[in-house]
Amino acid sequence: MASGVTPPPPRITVDDLTMAYGSFVIQHDLSFTVAPGEIFVVMGGSGCGKSTLLNHMVGLRAPAKGDVLYDGRSFCHAETEEREHLRRRLGVSYQAGALWSSMTLAENVALPLETFTELSPKQIREIVSLKLALVGLAGFEEFYPSEISGGMLKRAGVARAMALDPDILFFDEPSAGLDPISSRRLDDLILELRASLGATMVVVTHELASIFAIADRAVFLDAETRTMIAMGDPKKLRDESPEASVRAFLTRGGPDAGGAR
Amino acid sequence: MNRVQGTAVERPWALRVERPTPEIASVELTGVWRKEHGLPDPSEVLRQLQGASPVHLLTFDTSHLTGWDSGLVTFASRVFEEARALGIASDRAGLPDGAQRLLRLAEAVPERQTNRSGLPPSWLARIGTRAAADWTAIVVGLAFLGESLFALGALLRGRARFRLVDLLSVIQECGPRALGIVSLISFLIGLILGFVGAVQLEQFGASIFVANLVAIAMTREIGCIMTAIVMAGRTGAAFAAQLGTMNTNQEIDALSTMGISPTEFLVLPRMLALIFMMPLLTIYADLVGILGGAVVGVALLGLGPTEYFEQTRGAVGLASFFIGVGKSVVFGILVALVGCLRGMQSGRSAAAVGLAATSAVVTSIVLIIVVDGVFAVILNVLSL
Repeated sequence: MASGVTPPPPRITVDDLTMAYGSFVIQHDLSFTVAPGEIFVVMGGSGCGKSTLLNHMVGLRAPAKGDVLYDGRSFCHAETEEREHLRRRLGVSYQAGALWSSMTLAENVALPLETFTELSPKQIREIVSLKLALVGLAGFEEFYPSEISGGMLKRAGVARAMALDPDILFFDEPSAGLDPISSRRLDDLILELRASLGATMVVVTHELASIFAIADRAVFLDAETRTMIAMGDPKKLRDESPEASVRAFLTRGGPDAGGAR
Repeated sequence: MNRVQGTAVERPWALRVERPTPEIASVELTGVWRKEHGLPDPSEVLRQLQGASPVHLLTFDTSHLTGWDSGLVTFASRVFEEARALGIASDRAGLPDGAQRLLRLAEAVPERQTNRSGLPPSWLARIGTRAAADWTAIVVGLAFLGESLFALGALLRGRARFRLVDLLSVIQECGPRALGIVSLISFLIGLILGFVGAVQLEQFGASIFVANLVAIAMTREIGCIMTAIVMAGRTGAAFAAQLGTMNTNQEIDALSTMGISPTEFLVLPRMLALIFMMPLLTIYADLVGILGGAVVGVALLGLGPTEYFEQTRGAVGLASFFIGVGKSVVFGILVALVGCLRGMQSGRSAAAVGLAATSAVVTSIVLIIVVDGVFAVILNVLSL
């Protein structure tokens, strides 16, 4: 039924992006698009530049070449005002939560609301409670980040990322450092949020279980050639990718481990 | 037949090189080969091989070995390496099975060619790198100064975003909580100034001028400098450590991606707190210092308290007082900006945060003294 329908215009376009620290190129010539409502995974071995790509997509680093576009509008080369405007549509959940440690969880989630909306303190309190409840942290409003566990920190980070109801959410290594159950719960949360909010998600991870559980499509960044060498449904990539290193990655060096070397 | 053997007590290992046939050298290892007992130099073995006839094959005999650890593996791998360099083939079948496995594991991934040799670069390269780094630091520092002034401008237009509660807690931390140490230091400085003055001025029968000396020195120079140095050590270091840790934890990134300027949110309240608190602390330090001088004047020189007070009042003009207070505002901005800059520039590790705090204190103190010198020259030209 979908065959006759033209695909919707991409929400995110990464256009010929090259990332470098000084003269050291981390990844070059990255081009891909993410459709609205899609869960898109950026995968690859440790140190290949996955998190750096995320930092470029959210504007923490400037590209050496190329651009990132949201709904066709340039982000990297936009004027400051326009950029700030686009930025408010993005929510970022960091690897270790990155909650502001001098504030309670409620204050963390409330800060963007206080800064960018005209809501009354009472309304903000209600929204904050709802967001914390969505990530399973109802009742933890008055806790400081140092008082809760790593898994709770990440979920609180997700609640803060969702504070302004962004239509694009970024996750940096959501399952890193979590036990299997917590990591599974976070995956379920990501799927649930996509289903209910319809948000577009970009997830940086190398956890195979997560990749297969949540990804609609994935891009594989290769550390050797320093560029993307595969893109598509990870299950298909695992079985059919012409690149031996991609098949090896997706099977833990598995059935055809010979291809890993 | 050659032997390398240590004294029996300290060296439980023994090494012997045999030549079963002219082409083959067999290295016999006996006893316990562990790191803690020391190990022979591998090149010693090779030197023993360079005898009469050339050796083609090196083998090991470890049938009388009673214990070993990675020391043996290191020794064997070095021997193989040197043998290979001499064109001698080696057979490792004689080594213990575990040692052979460790050797295979170590050789499984070939050595990566990195451009980190561990050798120090040439002096020219070092000077160049250092100069480039210093230049970058100056550019970054100026950019940060500009950004902070912009934030201050945004504040004046009522558009800066930070939390009032943050400002109040920084004020509490760097104002009232610093009173103790500022009291102690300025009282003692006043006392010392009084003593130094008393000894000299008494010789001329001009004891009463101790009041002038202490009052002018405290209000014009010492009050604001000592307060600024205390604040650099106390508050500047704290700012650098706080912001450095926030940077490590990606909290500053989180502010940026949220569209909240870290300069407005973090730097501005800290800068404002010191702009408010430094003049107050300086005035307080001036008074306590003058009190310290008065203690010397009254107790040591036998001056009357009223007399001392009147003399002080006559000595300190409004100009001296305002010069000191004005400088304290500038020093406050310096301490806050340097502390915040070092914190935000900090690397993402525990060691880097420590360095950031150290560097904040050192940079602040240097800048305070240099800027005070600049003020002295300017005020002299203006004959104030």
